[in-house]
Amino acid sequence: MPLIDSGKLVDDAWVRLGDDDALPAADVPVIVSLARFHKDRASLAGRNGGLGVWLASNQHPKDIADHLADFALVALDFPKFRDGRGFTIARELREHLGYRGVIRATGHTLPDQYLFLVRCGVTQVEIPEGRDPALWAHALTEIDTAYQVSVAGPLSMARLARHKTTEHAA
Amino acid sequence: MSPTAAARQIDPPANGLPSHAGIYHYDQVDRDFLKQRVEQFRRQVARRLAGELTEDEFKPLRLMNGLYLQLHAYMLRVAVPYGVLTSRQVRQFGRIARQYDKGFGHFTTRQNLQFNWIKLVDVPAILDLLAEVDLHAIQTSGNCIRNVTSDQFAGVASDEVVDPRHYAEVLRQWSTLHPEFSFLPRKFKIAITGSSADRAAICIHDVGLIAKRDADGNVGFEVYVGGGLGRTPFIAKKLRDWLPEDQLIAYLEAVLRVYNAYGRRDNIYKARIKILVHELGIDAFRNEVEAEFARMPVAEYRLEPTIIDGIRARFASQPYEALEPISGVLARARLEDQAFNRWVRTNVAAHRQPGYAIATITLKPAGGIPGDVSADQMDAIADLADHYSFGEIRVTHEQNLVLAHVRQDDLPALWKALSAIGFGEANSGLITDIIACPGLDYCALANARSIPLAQRISERFADLDRQHHIGELKIKISGCINACGHHHVGHIGILGVDKKGVEAYQLTLGGSAAEVGAIGDIMGPALSADETVDAIESVVGVYLEQRQDGERFLDTLARIGHTPFKDKVYASH
Amino acid sequence: MARVTDAPKVVTANRLQDGAVVWLTAAGDWSTRIADAQVQADAAGAEAALGIARASAARQEVVEPYAVDVAVEAAGPRPLKTREWIRAAGPSIDAIPTAA
Repeated sequence: MPLIDSGKLVDDAWVRLGDDDALPAADVPVIVSLARFHKDRASLAGRNGGLGVWLASNQHPKDIADHLADFALVALDFPKFRDGRGFTIARELREHLGYRGVIRATGHTLPDQYLFLVRCGVTQVEIPEGRDPALWAHALTEIDTAYQVSVAGPLSMARLARHKTTEHAA
Repeated sequence: MSPTAAARQIDPPANGLPSHAGIYHYDQVDRDFLKQRVEQFRRQVARRLAGELTEDEFKPLRLMNGLYLQLHAYMLRVAVPYGVLTSRQVRQFGRIARQYDKGFGHFTTRQNLQFNWIKLVDVPAILDLLAEVDLHAIQTSGNCIRNVTSDQFAGVASDEVVDPRHYAEVLRQWSTLHPEFSFLPRKFKIAITGSSADRAAICIHDVGLIAKRDADGNVGFEVYVGGGLGRTPFIAKKLRDWLPEDQLIAYLEAVLRVYNAYGRRDNIYKARIKILVHELGIDAFRNEVEAEFARMPVAEYRLEPTIIDGIRARFASQPYEALEPISGVLARARLEDQAFNRWVRTNVAAHRQPGYAIATITLKPAGGIPGDVSADQMDAIADLADHYSFGEIRVTHEQNLVLAHVRQDDLPALWKALSAIGFGEANSGLITDIIACPGLDYCALANARSIPLAQRISERFADLDRQHHIGELKIKISGCINACGHHHVGHIGILGVDKKGVEAYQLTLGGSAAEVGAIGDIMGPALSADETVDAIESVVGVYLEQRQDGERFLDTLARIGHTPFKDKVYASH
Repeated sequence: MARVTDAPKVVTANRLQDGAVVWLTAAGDWSTRIADAQVQADAAGAEAALGIARASAARQEVVEPYAVDVAVEAAGPRPLKTREWIRAAGPSIDAIPTAA
């Protein structure tokens, strides 16, 4: 599937491995389910290629909290674009768990959600075949005001903080 | 220039907003944002028309911008942040109503305005017109944080402890296009009040906030969660007795995170936070929230007092005159004109400023459509607001309007002018001050019509002498179980149901959305529209027969129980 | 009472551009008047008409087409359910406020 990073189409070196698929060459980076990670930890750890984990939308970041250092990538599933759990999971990975690797959104998301994803800490998005990648690039430019704290931007009250007055009247 | 001095001239004169209306006055950041949001939606509409977005994909996007597809047309729900408008904004509603609708608009139970006859292709142009006057339709629908509602008497009520508008505005900005909470399991409604009397119905909201002060005068919030009507009504439960002001955003983020992560997504009817709170229990839910809150980088989310100051400074204050607390003009007019006196009794409330009063304009003329206002009436009300109330108009959750700063001396003239446009009815809080959702005449979800029933009830009880004799009695009508007409909390609630393809109505008694909220009890089998009007007559009859000195309807009901009412209503069945 | 599913049917939708209620005609296009709707006597006919309607929806002409049970009267088809006759006829109330 086409992959968007920072608004641009990029090559995807990662291979999504089914739970029963054989391991590819040792330098190919793979994304595995959490179940497979627990089952094959030993053989997965010894490879040169990067290791990524795929979380279903009902799996919790705390399930991987102890192993985050093992993962160069965390893929979050959006089974349908209306299922917004991934936004909270991504933000939690960044904010609470201090995760600094790649967070990839997989499944069904819309370009209209891309800016939100980025602001919650997602770095890459898989997009459906045949969709115009320019929509994702454009999505990053549509709205440049945000009123909330964002893990992608300066950690402050963002635009809400512009109301700060120099003196507190009370 | 001190912040206080700046408050008097915060608007660029070219904008032309009446500078004394008690709204948050936009700055350039807000205006730039709104323009970008309109352009974003314009492109979304274009993509839908070009087939680049499916209906399934477009629907949540249009809902998040207040656009529904109803029975006969699209409906655009415009946000009225915490219910306060300027006269210029109301005139713009009139312009849109004439140019793009059928010449009227409909005020809703969530302090919003709906246009019922909108074309999809016109929506971007309408949003441009709204943006001209700092209005929008952002998050008036969709599974996101909806526009925040509040007390229609905010800032003027004599019983107010904290002005909730400033915090409502903080919440408006914080919730606008929130990156994490725009695809929640279901909609999320926040209401805030700052008075001892709850006019914002906080007990039936996903989160209800009561702003209060501690012994040292510091502001904090009592936090309620999990209230709501619909299929499974719940009165909200207390989550926190005291939340310090500066933790408001952090704590709400924690609540929303728990909800977004654990709220049910398998069943649309069980997806509201009230179900999560009910299934976990309030104590377990509180533990989740407090755990999340405890590990948040709270400093990042701190709502600094200076932010509140800055926002407060963008609310213009009203240049009240120094007046005698008691108006001789008003006293004489009340003596001379019984009809006017009656209107003052029901529709005028005490103002904290000596010599001023709060006037409610009930949008409930006998036989009228609750909440509907024509474009001409909008213009007339805007003129009256300019003349009598610093150019400010408020919307109540009971589908009425309020002029919040009227000199008592001006009340007689205001009442005459309102009567001339059909809105001088002395019925605020009375049996014809009916809340009704649009129902099956417009709404794609409804099972039965609401408006014609409201019209018939208000015609039946049109006699004002009789209405005043009956006293406070709140009828609320919903055309389906989604309960947009708040029937569960009506003193008499009416729910439209579908009985084998035929409309029928189920009555409930004893609901209340006041400080002590209560869900009404179902009386018995559903009735036809004709029978429903008669049943209300019977209920009122029993009440008048049984009531003792000074009892309101709810008091009598509480004393004698439901049985006498049921017996009377179903005697002929 | 006849089972609802046995009733004759017409196919309806809302027009994408303006949301107007439209009815599928015998010519396979859409009319805003239910009198112009083609009545389908049986399930096969209704299914075929829905196929035409769904193709129209795929061309971004209409939204969410579906079939409606009707009684065939002299003036034309009349929907059996309240919801559908209100959709066909417009709101049952005077949509313009009476006062002023």
